[in-house]
Amino acid sequence: MTKIFEVPLYPYQRHKDQDATTPVRRKVVIIGAGPVGMAAAIDLAQRDIPVVILDDNDRVSFGSRAICFSKRTLEILDRLGCGDANVEKGVTWNKGRVFFDTRDIYQFDLLPEDGHKRPAFINLQQYFFEQFLFERIQELAAAGKEIEIRGRNRVEAIGAHPDHVRLEVETPEGSYELHAEWLIACDGANSPTRRMLGLDFVGRVFEDNFLIADVIMKADFPTERWFWFDPPFNRGQSALLHKQPDDVWRIDLQLGWDIDREAEKRPENVIPRLKAMLGEDVEFDLEWVSIYTFQCRRMERFRHGRVLFAGDAAHQVSPFGARGANSGLQDTDNLCWKLALVITGDAPETLLESYDWERVYGADENIMNSTRSTDFITPKSEISRVFRDAVLDLTENHDFARPLVNSGRLSVPCTYDDGPLNGPDCDALPARTRPGSVACDAPANGGWLLDQLGAGFTLLSLGVESPESVSAGPVSATRLALDAGENDTLAARYLGGQKAALYLIRPDQHVAARWKSFDETAVQSALALASGQS
Amino acid sequence: MPRPSLNLSANLPDPDGFYADLLAAHDGLSKAESDALNARLLLILANHIGERGLLREAIQLAASTYRQNNT
Repeated sequence: MTKIFEVPLYPYQRHKDQDATTPVRRKVVIIGAGPVGMAAAIDLAQRDIPVVILDDNDRVSFGSRAICFSKRTLEILDRLGCGDANVEKGVTWNKGRVFFDTRDIYQFDLLPEDGHKRPAFINLQQYFFEQFLFERIQELAAAGKEIEIRGRNRVEAIGAHPDHVRLEVETPEGSYELHAEWLIACDGANSPTRRMLGLDFVGRVFEDNFLIADVIMKADFPTERWFWFDPPFNRGQSALLHKQPDDVWRIDLQLGWDIDREAEKRPENVIPRLKAMLGEDVEFDLEWVSIYTFQCRRMERFRHGRVLFAGDAAHQVSPFGARGANSGLQDTDNLCWKLALVITGDAPETLLESYDWERVYGADENIMNSTRSTDFITPKSEISRVFRDAVLDLTENHDFARPLVNSGRLSVPCTYDDGPLNGPDCDALPARTRPGSVACDAPANGGWLLDQLGAGFTLLSLGVESPESVSAGPVSATRLALDAGENDTLAARYLGGQKAALYLIRPDQHVAARWKSFDETAVQSALALASGQS
Repeated sequence: MPRPSLNLSANLPDPDGFYADLLAAHDGLSKAESDALNARLLLILANHIGERGLLREAIQLAASTYRQNNT
């Protein structure tokens, strides 16, 4: 059977820009049609900003690569119009299980409360995720939005200028020059854009190799994330087993540093390792095998004039915690509304500085968490192994040690505490919905709160009299009035013990400011701050 | 209320008895087993203290004592 990643989805086609006598200037050009680049394109197109994606390939990613997509990513996909497609295909999971040697020592539930539309995670092969984003792009294009992907268009040279970026693009029919008013580089951890602009990418290298394999097998393991420390089938190392759709299972085996990478990748060496784990009698096929090492690092700045970096191009983390693709989607979620306001002239260019601040902050949080997980999973000194094993030994019988077990702190969205766009807070309201946090989902009006937030700023009014809309210069916030009287979940998340509350929520669904009552001047000033006008 | 700080006055009733218990727990253990026991003991005590500021102070004190005696 032909796999989706073997089919050219957007084959090379000659574009009229290639025949232009003077280089054509495009509003926004995105380099890279991975999950991050496509999400950025959809977000901008939905905001009526014309966008072109250049991709050096013509199909979705080979092999499954990223598999765990977080609740926040699903919420972002809902806003981008392709949440259902991903959730329907994906495997929903909330639970994890940790083994030490042969013992089952610990289980956890990542979403122990109700009242959310989306689960903690779905597992889905990256190629399906990309396929659904690609289909959404086609749908938007068919509806008349200016959005396109140019396959086999590889950017060979970049010239950054104060008011545009000059691109030299190589195609099967030769090269052409294209100008972009804004460039978003989503070209991955080895970002050629970063290299061509001579920009830094510093951090820590981890001396370890992991075998990653996706196998196709009929198995009745539960839909849980299983993680082993020091199992009999991979002594002294770690292992992971996780379910994906279509009977595909992700297996991740730590191999250590001094190995022959090429030899370890060969089926005659991979298959015995997998049999030792799964059992001699289990029948399986290998779909994809790779050996990886990883680094935790980031660019010093994600914005360089008219060039913006997002996803792995800007920051790289270890895979423990599913903080790669998920944080990349949070980048574009943060960036696109800001870039749209700047392009339409409704906000000054300085608003983009907050992208740099907020997503560098997020990247640092992800790097810290993933570095800590890595230090626990793969102890780098004798004493760190002693402490790690002590935690695992205590965990089996003592609850207190469980929070110390770190098999990956799974991606949750970052809260921009003290962020440059945050307005006033009100201490009497619940901490989880404070300014900087992502608005927490809750049931509302027979549906879900996040689905009812607008594409722009929203003024969520709970028991507060407020006008239908409030403006600061060209930017407006539209009221969403809800009654929390009969809705305990909404009340718990947004009111705490208070009778009324008013929340200013940004287009990326982060809370900007909140009050107990309406004061027009206060809301206008918070809206001006959150849209970079003051 | 001021934040509690690490108690550095003598606070152990029956210090010789405590010391003897500590050594007895390690009796007959290999170096690796003893290291593991010490690590478990430390984690149990740290959880009991449960106060990040105190633990940070204690870690700093232990680390600086090591450096002083080795320079």
